[in-house]
Amino acid sequence: MKNAVGREIPEEILKATGKEPFQGNHYKDGVPFRKAGPIVRPVMDNQHSKLVENIHEALVKCKAHSGMTVSFHHHFREGDLIVCMVMKEIHKMGLKNITLAATSLGKAHDDLVPMIEDGTITRIEASGVRGKIGEAISQGKLQGLAIMRSHGGRVRSLVTGETKVDIAFVGAPTSDDYGNLRGIGGKTDCGVLSYSHVDGDQAEYVVAITDCLVPFPNFPAHISMTKVDYVCVVDAIGIPEKIATGAAKPTTDQRKLMMAEYCTQVVVNTPYFKEGFSYQTGVGGASIASTISLTKIMKERGIKMGFGVGGLTKPMCDLLDQGLVRVLLDTQAFDLDAVSNVINPAHHRITAGAYANPFNKGAFVNRLDYVILAALEVDVHFNCNVVVGSDGVITGAQGGHPDTAQGAKCTIVICPLLQGRIPAICSDVTTVTTPGESVDIVVTDYGVAVNPNRHDLLEVLKAADCVPLRKIEELRDTAYSITGVPQPVEFGERVVGIIEARDGTIMDVVREVKDVTFDS
Amino acid sequence: MRNPNLKRLRRSMMFLNCQKPGLIKDPYVYGPDSILLDLEDAVAEREKDAARYSLFHALREIDYRGVERVVRINGLDTDLWREDIRCSVAGGCDAIRIPKTETAQDVKRVEEAVAAAEKEFGVEEGRTLIMAALESARGVLNALEVCTASERLFGIALSGGDYTKDLQTTISGTGVELMGARQHMIIAARAAGVQCFDTVWTNLDDMEGFRREVETIRAMGFDGKSIVNPRQIPIVHDVYTPREKDIIFAEKVVREIDEKKAQGIGVFTVDGKMIDIAFYDGAKRTLALARASGKYKGEL
Repeated sequence: MKNAVGREIPEEILKATGKEPFQGNHYKDGVPFRKAGPIVRPVMDNQHSKLVENIHEALVKCKAHSGMTVSFHHHFREGDLIVCMVMKEIHKMGLKNITLAATSLGKAHDDLVPMIEDGTITRIEASGVRGKIGEAISQGKLQGLAIMRSHGGRVRSLVTGETKVDIAFVGAPTSDDYGNLRGIGGKTDCGVLSYSHVDGDQAEYVVAITDCLVPFPNFPAHISMTKVDYVCVVDAIGIPEKIATGAAKPTTDQRKLMMAEYCTQVVVNTPYFKEGFSYQTGVGGASIASTISLTKIMKERGIKMGFGVGGLTKPMCDLLDQGLVRVLLDTQAFDLDAVSNVINPAHHRITAGAYANPFNKGAFVNRLDYVILAALEVDVHFNCNVVVGSDGVITGAQGGHPDTAQGAKCTIVICPLLQGRIPAICSDVTTVTTPGESVDIVVTDYGVAVNPNRHDLLEVLKAADCVPLRKIEELRDTAYSITGVPQPVEFGERVVGIIEARDGTIMDVVREVKDVTFDS
Repeated sequence: MRNPNLKRLRRSMMFLNCQKPGLIKDPYVYGPDSILLDLEDAVAEREKDAARYSLFHALREIDYRGVERVVRINGLDTDLWREDIRCSVAGGCDAIRIPKTETAQDVKRVEEAVAAAEKEFGVEEGRTLIMAALESARGVLNALEVCTASERLFGIALSGGDYTKDLQTTISGTGVELMGARQHMIIAARAAGVQCFDTVWTNLDDMEGFRREVETIRAMGFDGKSIVNPRQIPIVHDVYTPREKDIIFAEKVVREIDEKKAQGIGVFTVDGKMIDIAFYDGAKRTLALARASGKYKGEL
């Protein structure tokens, strides 16, 4: 059955998952549902200790069993040690058929591939997957399905009970013996613990893992003791230099600087750029450069931002320090400056749910004026792909892309015309992860395309004569004139993964890659 | 008929290493006036063949969207330069840059090889221009004879690295060591009616120093500058962008001269300044620079 972005969703997948095909951004808007709730084991005994000796004891106490679902956050990014530490213990216990429901998986988790191959892990739910796990899934090694969903979509999935987490493991830079957790104050700080809040609310058992036990109460707690069953102290929960490094040096790549300048020009020439505007951007070189050049214009015109949200970096924190933004709302800290900036009273931690859950009574993304995003591919329908490489292999994550793109009044996607030899502006993206109806403007090194649905934006940009405007089809044609028209990637029949839309419907499926053979 | 490209605008001439296909695939997005496709110093000795191969196919296949394609060939003291020229002309390049030029004879040797290659590959005679890089004290002293050596030669460029070695000094960033060469070369170029280009600035961490240098060479009369990084393009173009009042004045001058010429009047005043035909080329050039920078959309 074809969905609203023209992707064929096989009947057997709809049947097996009980899901519907994607039917447009507003399909579930206002549709009531009942929240799911976990079983809670009350603690009234004032002698009760939550401390456990090791991961094994935690697993035993939480009744770990084959077929269970375990969850993790990715605040430690590529420096994460928790997922592999816990999964190795589960593997040692001989448990099978585990669903790994992490907020995201990366190269730090390459060691899990043998556990996929031997059936320890048979399902994966994550924002996305980088590294060897992505390759393993694309090669069909995972017995069950991989479900890729956005940060907001994940919260929805836990809140509706679609994902039932048996044990949530929350890596915490600091914890007291009663489970008050903070993202700062330890030896492996990550700033905030936003992604795990929903796990604290919805998982049946919650285990805090820390390498820095501090005196009670560890306050103000980012995740409260009222949600934590056990606390386990280990030697190291992450590798600090891989969690957050010093702020990236601003890019000197002229191509990125050009795209950043186009992006800034788009922002300052559209009507939402006024006192109190809101803004989110990513960590790419062009995004950061754009924030820096935007800062200059904000100062010149005396315009201040109302709020900045999202994964935060130094240039956003600099805005706060310079009094150019009223508040920062933080779901993830991308560099050490963002981590240490958390102590600024106007730098607020928010949960992933408050940030982006489409199924609450209004998330922050709905109040965004601008979001600056990147993409691996964008097609002439403005659909974006941020998960599957042009070679068909799963290699990225949705993150907050679909959430912010839908929420923001002006969604700008920065994407060079060519990624190496691959045309990034194309007729049809390999996999749709964010629907074109969410995307307003595409900025490339060859010019800027405005979604024809946003005639209003096209008119103001034309009048401002501030950027080279192109039709998206023109950009695609230019790309193809340089690279030639690419042959579609050849996939096998088996569906190995689902790209879930924010509302839980199916945006696209990912199929097994075919081995490449060369004609002699 | 003389090649109309002899006098084209060349504010920025960007070096690109032909050994790296990623660099030469679409440099036009940065908007340089000319690109200098390098087969010489940037290319490793054992990669000369591969670089030539990439260059040929790039010239044949890529639409450089009006950016002038100049090939820097290997030195005339090597056994590579003749094949470099055959390959560049067969590919359809716009010009050849001769490195380490010292005499009119150097230019003539290249001119002959270019003409032969045009004939061999059926390229329109005279299509391929030449520029000469002066990289030694002797070359700089011979600037005038170099400038007048060939009808195809559109300009000379200072190559500061080798030149300062020859002078037994180093690049200081102040320009003091290049002062004499710059002054001598621009005078020779203007005497011969060809263009003159300044040497590269390699310290990419000092963009302020770069801007100051571009301002200096523009004030000296240089037509443009060789550059090594696309980040330098907007700065060069900005420095070479005429001021608003200069554009308005130039427009008036061109209009008035055209009109008065028809009426048989030789000298007249514009905005209180005495103007004659000698101002015409300068005003035209101001308008061309203004048009290239997007500041002038008029017809003149």
